[in-house]
Amino acid sequence: MIFIGVLVAVSATLVYRRDGLDGVLKILIHDLGLFGEILPRVLAGCLLGAFIAEILPHEKVSRALGPNSGLKGLLIGTAFGAILPGGPFTAYPVAAALLTVGADFGATIAMVVSWTLIGYGRAVAWELPILGTDFTLWRIVISLPIPVLAGALGRFVYVRMYPRGEPS
Amino acid sequence: MTMSALIIDVTLWGSVLVLGFIAFRRGRVVVVSAAREGTMDFINIVPRIALGVIGSGYIAAVIPPEVITGWLGPDSGWLGVLTAVIAGAATPGGPVVGFSIGAVALKVGGGPPQVVAYVVAWALFAFQRMILWEVPFMPARFVWFRAAVSVPFPFLAAALAMAIGKP
Repeated sequence: MIFIGVLVAVSATLVYRRDGLDGVLKILIHDLGLFGEILPRVLAGCLLGAFIAEILPHEKVSRALGPNSGLKGLLIGTAFGAILPGGPFTAYPVAAALLTVGADFGATIAMVVSWTLIGYGRAVAWELPILGTDFTLWRIVISLPIPVLAGALGRFVYVRMYPRGEPS
Repeated sequence: MTMSALIIDVTLWGSVLVLGFIAFRRGRVVVVSAAREGTMDFINIVPRIALGVIGSGYIAAVIPPEVITGWLGPDSGWLGVLTAVIAGAATPGGPVVGFSIGAVALKVGGGPPQVVAYVVAWALFAFQRMILWEVPFMPARFVWFRAAVSVPFPFLAAALAMAIGKP
C-alpha cells in the first residue's frame, strides 16, 4: 500500500515534469471516471462474497472443493472461475468466500487462475478487440489445462509445506 | 456505457439479488448480517481501490511501451520467453494496457509464443493487480502462494504455442 503510494507519487511527479499540470489533470479525470464506474461493482462483488459465505453449506463445499475433492474439485473450481461474471471486484471476494466456507487452496487456485485465463469477461471485452480473434482463441486453447495443473501443483506443494494442516 | 459493461452490471446485480433472496429465505437476520459484512468489506477496500485505479494511470504513463515490447523480439527464443514473463509481471495498469502492449509487440514483429507467455504471465501475476486487487480481498498468504505456483505456467503456455505452431 505505502509502496504503491510512493510509486504513484513519483510517477505523477514525472508526468508533471514531462506534460505539465494538463497532463496530470487529464489522467486524473480519466481515472476518476473509471473509479466512479467501478465503485458500484466493487460493492456488488463484496455483497456477492458475503452472501455466498453465508448461504453455501460448509460441509457440502468442503466435500466438493476441499482438500480431498481430487480432480473433480479442481474441475469444479475451473468451471466456476470460467463462468463467473464481472471482474476482479467479483472474482476475489467470491474466492475469499469459498476459502472461508471450506474450499482448499488447490480448488481456489484453480478458480482464480481459470477466471483470469479462460473467463469470458475479460477475453470478450478487451482481448478480442485488441489482440484479434485468432490470437485470443489460440491463447485460450493453450491456457485450458493451466487452471487444473496450477491447482494440482498448489495442492502438491501445500500438503508438503503444511503436513499438519493450515497454521492458524 | 457500452453494451458489455451493461451486461456485466446486469448479471452482477442480478446475482446479488438472487443470492440476497436465497439468504432472505433463511431469515431476515441472515440477510442483514451478510449485507452488513459485505458493506464493511466494501468500506475497508475503497481506499485501496481508489489509490490503485486513480494512481495506476500515472504509473502506466511513465513506462514507455517500447521498453516492454523491445524485449519480445521474433528470434528471442527462451530468453525472450523469460523476459516476456518478467515484463508481464511488471506491467502496470488495467486490461487495456496489458493487451495493448501484447498487440504492439505482435505488430512490431514479436514472436507469438513470447507474446502468449507475456499475456499469460500478466494475467497470472501482474504485480500491481495482485497488490491492488487480490491482496485487499484475499488472505495475503494465499495470494503469494498462488502466484508462486503459477510461475511455471507462462513457460508451459509458450512451449505449447511453439509445439503446435499457433497462434
